[in-house]
Amino acid sequence: MTDALASHRALPAAALFAPTRALACRSLRFRCVSGAAAEIEFRGATKRYPGRPHAAVTDLSLTIAPGEICVLVGPSGSGKTTALKMVNRLIDVTQGDVLIDGRSVRALDVTELRRRIGYVIQHVGLFPHLSVGENIATVPRLLRWGRPRIAERVVELLELVGLEADDRRRYPAQLSGGQRQRVGLARALAGDPPLMLMDEPFGALDPITRERLQNEFLKLQESVRKTVVFVTHDIDEAIKLAGRVAILREGGVLAQYDTPDALLARPADDFVARFVGADRGLKRLALKRVADVGLEPADGSVLPEVDSAMTLRDALSFLLAGGSRRAHVRADDGSVAGTISVERIADLLAEQS
Amino acid sequence: MTALAQAQPVIPDFGRGSDCVRENRTFCWDWVRDHWDDTLQPRLLEHVELTAYAVGIGFAIAFVAALVAYRHRSFEGAFGFTSELLYTIPSLALFQLLVPVTGLTITTVEIALVSYTLLILFRNVVAGLRAVPDDVLEAARGMGFTRAQTLLRVELPLAAPSILAGVRIAAVSTISLATIAAFVLPEGLGQPILDGLRTFFKTKFIAAGALAVALAIATDALLVLVQRSLTPWTRASRAG
Repeated sequence: MTDALASHRALPAAALFAPTRALACRSLRFRCVSGAAAEIEFRGATKRYPGRPHAAVTDLSLTIAPGEICVLVGPSGSGKTTALKMVNRLIDVTQGDVLIDGRSVRALDVTELRRRIGYVIQHVGLFPHLSVGENIATVPRLLRWGRPRIAERVVELLELVGLEADDRRRYPAQLSGGQRQRVGLARALAGDPPLMLMDEPFGALDPITRERLQNEFLKLQESVRKTVVFVTHDIDEAIKLAGRVAILREGGVLAQYDTPDALLARPADDFVARFVGADRGLKRLALKRVADVGLEPADGSVLPEVDSAMTLRDALSFLLAGGSRRAHVRADDGSVAGTISVERIADLLAEQS
Repeated sequence: MTALAQAQPVIPDFGRGSDCVRENRTFCWDWVRDHWDDTLQPRLLEHVELTAYAVGIGFAIAFVAALVAYRHRSFEGAFGFTSELLYTIPSLALFQLLVPVTGLTITTVEIALVSYTLLILFRNVVAGLRAVPDDVLEAARGMGFTRAQTLLRVELPLAAPSILAGVRIAAVSTISLATIAAFVLPEGLGQPILDGLRTFFKTKFIAAGALAVALAIATDALLVLVQRSLTPWTRASRAG
């Protein structure tokens, strides 16, 4: 760790204005892959508690690519949080290993490891005695960044998560639930970690705030490109956010690890099929936007219009509710891009399965 | 000599002084003025000293004990029971027990006073530490705080309101309790109170008693200010 800290101190002043991603990359002991994202591999990871007949996590093996969001989902007792905590060693594996960029998490000093992993939890756990700014500055302070750099980083992050720079002086008690979770996210991102662990971060929010934060999180992820391990019990949230979903069953057994589309199209077994729900066909339609599919050419007829940014599911709902079989698709620039029909949507679902 | 000649006068002679003093009226300002420098002020300062030592030493012991108890629950029971036991011993009885060992000294007084602060301070420190929310501790651990950092930067600051509340109660009750030190030692405000009671001189014990009360109120007010300046976040609300 000393060399990492030393390289921080030795940075010339000009480097402060360089993109933070490059800075963090240099400071990290993890090998930098695609910016500041890390690869994670669970290798036969098992967690057994003494005196319990079944393991909490059983022989879990999966690899998460750098910059990808992997959602661990399953019913309660499926060990998803346990699996998550194996990465930052809040829980140690009893068998197997977890590797970050090919290095075992057990090879690193545990506090050093945690300072390089962003951690967001359901109840946020902001420090009530510290202002928003001080909360966000937690990890940079632990990493001994200089004061001006920390101050700059705090303002940058507040902006990134959609808060005002002036909010840094407020205390957590003065924020709404949604604002607190934004601060929690900013705090986790502050040290520019290559890897984020998120344990039901939106679980305690009302549905409207949750959806807004999910959308903003996806947008944020496009710019920061972290490797994210995300735990939820909500399959819809998993499908919405994930690059890949790992469905766990009781005892922490991996039932299926796949992209949302593949999961919905081809559930591996009854458990997965039940878990993703009988409406999995419709859920699949929600993954695609009208703009993403081949449209039929528009003819001159008068039809209702749908927006090209709509999901196929919403478009289908629109068509069925309106009693119409076809609609014109209006593109972003206002022109008519083509038509979409109930039959076309049905065909798309069938040909992708 | 007859027994009659040796007896103390039934009505005390208050000697020189104003009419008010000689007639032993309820309260004489002029006596307070005349004896501020030689009686009241030195006793007041001694009282502050007795209290400060007692609360200071009591806090040091209770704080260390509370930190151990926070990690080891079995110690919490043992120390809690001991300090409770000490708390229940009547102060005069405790002096009786201590005087043969430590004599009529300040040590005797402080042992007694310290004993009475332990329970309150210990309980408040432990309660404050235990009240730190689990999610806050998990976040601290997850972000890579060491145990010492968690204690210094998270647990103790969050326990501060409870700890300071304990210090307030301990300080105020010690100020009141320290008056009985006069049974062992002619120090503190207890001395003029006891003296005033023995000689039936009203002004003396009323003045000394009032000073003890004023000291308690002033100390409490001061500690409230300390509490406010150390824990600004406790007053932050949604409205703020």
